[in-house]
Amino acid sequence: MRRLRLRWYIAGGTALALLLATFVAPNASSAPDGLERVAIDQGFDGTAEEHAVGDGPLADYGVRGLDGDVPVALSGSIGIGLTFAVGMGLVAAARKLRPRQPLEAAPGA
Amino acid sequence: MHVPDGFFDAPTALASGAAAAAGVTVAVRRAGAQLEDHQVPLAGLTAAYIFAVQMLNFPVAAGTSGHLLGGALAAVLVGPWVAALCMTVVLGVQALVFADGGLSALGVNVVLMGFVSVFVGYAAYLALRRLLPASPRTIPVAAAAGGWFAVVASAAVFVALYAVGGAGDVSLWAVAGAMVGVHSVIGIGEAAITFLTVAAVVGARPDLLHRPPEDAVGSAVVGVRP
Repeated sequence: MRRLRLRWYIAGGTALALLLATFVAPNASSAPDGLERVAIDQGFDGTAEEHAVGDGPLADYGVRGLDGDVPVALSGSIGIGLTFAVGMGLVAAARKLRPRQPLEAAPGA
Repeated sequence: MHVPDGFFDAPTALASGAAAAAGVTVAVRRAGAQLEDHQVPLAGLTAAYIFAVQMLNFPVAAGTSGHLLGGALAAVLVGPWVAALCMTVVLGVQALVFADGGLSALGVNVVLMGFVSVFVGYAAYLALRRLLPASPRTIPVAAAAGGWFAVVASAAVFVALYAVGGAGDVSLWAVAGAMVGVHSVIGIGEAAITFLTVAAVVGARPDLLHRPPEDAVGSAVVGVRP
């Protein structure tokens, strides 16, 4: 069986993420999530503070100054790009830090 | 389950931050040894996919929604140490750019979703891999079960942390019952998304799935052996 090449696998997965952010995320439920619901019901939601970057350009998965579905898709796509780049960068850096030889073979390291 | 600023007192937030930093340090060391160079982009894809699917809140009850946490999914895809880094990246970007999850609560969120969900999910996944017949068909099932346990465990650890340093005056037993109750329902969604995603990976490139040590799963091997 022919294998999907790695680059197409990565491209396909990224395309799926972008499609989900563009077409599904704008229709996602905006009801409180599990923790928010429990906090409201049990009366400890009042201690929550305003978010320090709550006025940021992409706060709450929107784009400041825009309404509707497009800002959700846009900020979601920016988030996908950011998490991909930072995630890959962090793991690539971790990879650089690894010992060149297997641990048990590394003299004194 | 993103904890906002103000839910925990300062000592608990600080201690969680220190624990998260220590965990990430260990994860950086362990992750580097785990991946082959050509698999580094898989870490980026895993983080990006989990970020996207976390946006997809699904209704679980009247006036309540849930979304994928993704810790178990990430652990199944890229192994637990790389997964912890992927989750930390997602949580960091969400807190800093999207105002989702408090900045002072980032340590709490990394502990709950970056480590508890990853390692509980991975442990349950390995246990199920051992129990179920060794076949590519059972891998998504084991991953889905890992997802359910991961969500419920994260909810339970939230309650334990809240018992230590929660800012509100609450009945802990009521909070525990409510947190575990609602998250055992959200966990069904987590299990479904985890199942579908892992099944797709097993169908497309089973060799790209993180391979647990053989003594952890018996002789179960996917797709890469004759």
